[in-house]
Amino acid sequence: MAGVTFDKVTKRFDSGLPAVNDFNLVVPDREFLVLVGPSGSGKSTALRLLAGLEEITEGRIFIGDRLVNNISPKDRDIAMVFQSYALYPHMTVYDNMAFGLTLRKVPKEEIRKRVGEAARILGIEGLLKRKPRALSGGQRQRVALGRAIVRDPAVFLFDEPLSNLDAKLRVQTRAEISKLHLRLGTTFIYVTHDQVEAMTMATRIVVMNQGTIQQIGIPQELYDRPRNLFVAGFIGSPAMNFFDGTVVREEGALAIETDGIRLPVAGEKEKQLSSYLGKKVTLGIRPENIHAADFTPMGIRGSVVEAEVEVTESLGNEEILYLMRDGKQFLARVDPRTGARPGIKIRVVIDLERLHTFDPESGESIGLPAAEEKAEQEIQTASP
Amino acid sequence: MAPPNPSATSEAAVKARPVGVQIGEAVRKFAGRLPLHVSVIGLAALWSIPTIALLVSSFRDPGLVVTSGWWNAVKDPFSFTLDNYETVLDQNGMARSFLNSLLITIPSTLLTILVAAFAAYAFAWMRFPLRNFLFLVMVGLLVVPLQMTLIPVLKLYVSLNDWFGFLGNDVPLLGGRWFGTNSYAGIWVAHTAYGLPFAVYLLRNFFGGLPRDLFESAYLDGASDFKVFRRIVLPLSMPAIAALAIFQFLWVWNDLLVALIFLGDPDRAPMTLTITNLVSSFGTSYQLLTAAAFVSMALPLVVFFALQRYFVQGILAGSVKG
Repeated sequence: MAGVTFDKVTKRFDSGLPAVNDFNLVVPDREFLVLVGPSGSGKSTALRLLAGLEEITEGRIFIGDRLVNNISPKDRDIAMVFQSYALYPHMTVYDNMAFGLTLRKVPKEEIRKRVGEAARILGIEGLLKRKPRALSGGQRQRVALGRAIVRDPAVFLFDEPLSNLDAKLRVQTRAEISKLHLRLGTTFIYVTHDQVEAMTMATRIVVMNQGTIQQIGIPQELYDRPRNLFVAGFIGSPAMNFFDGTVVREEGALAIETDGIRLPVAGEKEKQLSSYLGKKVTLGIRPENIHAADFTPMGIRGSVVEAEVEVTESLGNEEILYLMRDGKQFLARVDPRTGARPGIKIRVVIDLERLHTFDPESGESIGLPAAEEKAEQEIQTASP
Repeated sequence: MAPPNPSATSEAAVKARPVGVQIGEAVRKFAGRLPLHVSVIGLAALWSIPTIALLVSSFRDPGLVVTSGWWNAVKDPFSFTLDNYETVLDQNGMARSFLNSLLITIPSTLLTILVAAFAAYAFAWMRFPLRNFLFLVMVGLLVVPLQMTLIPVLKLYVSLNDWFGFLGNDVPLLGGRWFGTNSYAGIWVAHTAYGLPFAVYLLRNFFGGLPRDLFESAYLDGASDFKVFRRIVLPLSMPAIAALAIFQFLWVWNDLLVALIFLGDPDRAPMTLTITNLVSSFGTSYQLLTAAAFVSMALPLVVFFALQRYFVQGILAGSVKG
């Protein structure tokens, strides 16, 4: 059991460009932290730095109170589950799980006990004598998990462990890893490019892009209050719609004007936007905050807009509409009873309470503190 | 409704077709492949003819061998004999030569594999300065002709004779010097050195192809480089090591030149050397050569078939693919 601290960690490869840049993060004990970002965002590199599989260029990493910069991977008290599972193909499942313990000279009886226990938790008792090639993808994934569990490490590391599973198994395993986290009560650090995995499993999410932390927060916070355009566009599926707009004054109140539509803003948002009067802003609206006019939920304060339907995607419980207005495409997630067909015009309602506004130059959300400041604060409060 | 299983439907379709159509299809398939089969079998036969000729001749009467072609052996009169083999094996020192060949070949092969495997692991997976440069130099040695090195190495060995002289001039049981010319250890080292560039090249490429995740996983599990080498790399590289073992074994077993230079003493001569001497001392009696060739081929064949079971396809299956 231990927390993890990254203190101003930077990793530069031979090319000179930093893969991870000034990375500050405090992971408390027992947290399920998910690092999420597109490929090349540095999330895997951050994990590999923690595992000791890459050398740190600058900065310090602590596991618990222990500085691990110069400690070899095997002595860091961590276990890692690889995307490829990395099972030893010539060993049986039992030997795969026992390998790490054998090398550490754990008594045979103890090994048998621990492997048996892990196999029971994962439901793979019947597979212990098989070789990896005789296992299905899901079973191999469990063996890889089991190999980490028997080690009883202070921190579990996961590098996209579900990417090679089919969709159904992925959902199932997701829930099982969450259960495992509750059961083991250990720190989990999990890397994925899949924001659904991040949202569903994490107690906290770190969104990364181009080697830097974009935002740290609990899943709902990232969804409701994305700190910048990148996080806003990355979290949520389908992605948020973005429009170029200008802040104008209309009948005494502020409004955002975009392509001939005026969306009045009120309350907190109005205060935040007051300094942007007459300036350009980027407006973000999530597809689920655009409703079909005839099926708008009660109590929504909205503006009605007319748009042409280009494509419809029916998912049964909802329908995704690709709408076009004045040459600008945007998506709406509407009630399946809407009955929209490609080519027709439809009236939609934009929920004015759920508008996101960003500074088009910096990309930062208007009215939220910048990401780095928040991370800085955290490291100061929790640094060992 | 569940979507129909595509394989189930196609099976049903096959069953539903009349038998005549099925046979017709099988014939057409066979006819389509016939040219391929004929040419493959033809090529195999063509390549085998010299060996078969050699084999047949080795059992023929010496008189017949010199007067008629080997293909006449299948006609009347059938007269096969073991005389040739008897003559060859009765020669002075042939049994000793066989033993010498083993004494030279087995250590030379094992030593090459051992050194090459260590080197290949380092070149493939360990980080050290000038790694790629050193590997290039190693591979570059592949183009140096063996013959170029004979005189310098021989001179070196001659000077080493004095060096190791204090150990005495006869190794117990084996005979010969401890090192230098006319010593077993000397020829082991020579063969190992000549075999290493290719061996390291072959093994490094194979080791380098093993998935990186396996190594990292093993490091995290607490394995040292040596443990990774022994417990992960060696078992997974058996196909490459078996291939290398066969190559090296055949090359050393069939070698005449290196043995001729470094092991002049008839007491320590391998079979290649003894057989060559046999031919020259008997002039043109090449029927003896045929028998001797087969005696010499017997062991490599055994080695080949023994190691064949290590040529396993898909040894990495189940390791890193989902």
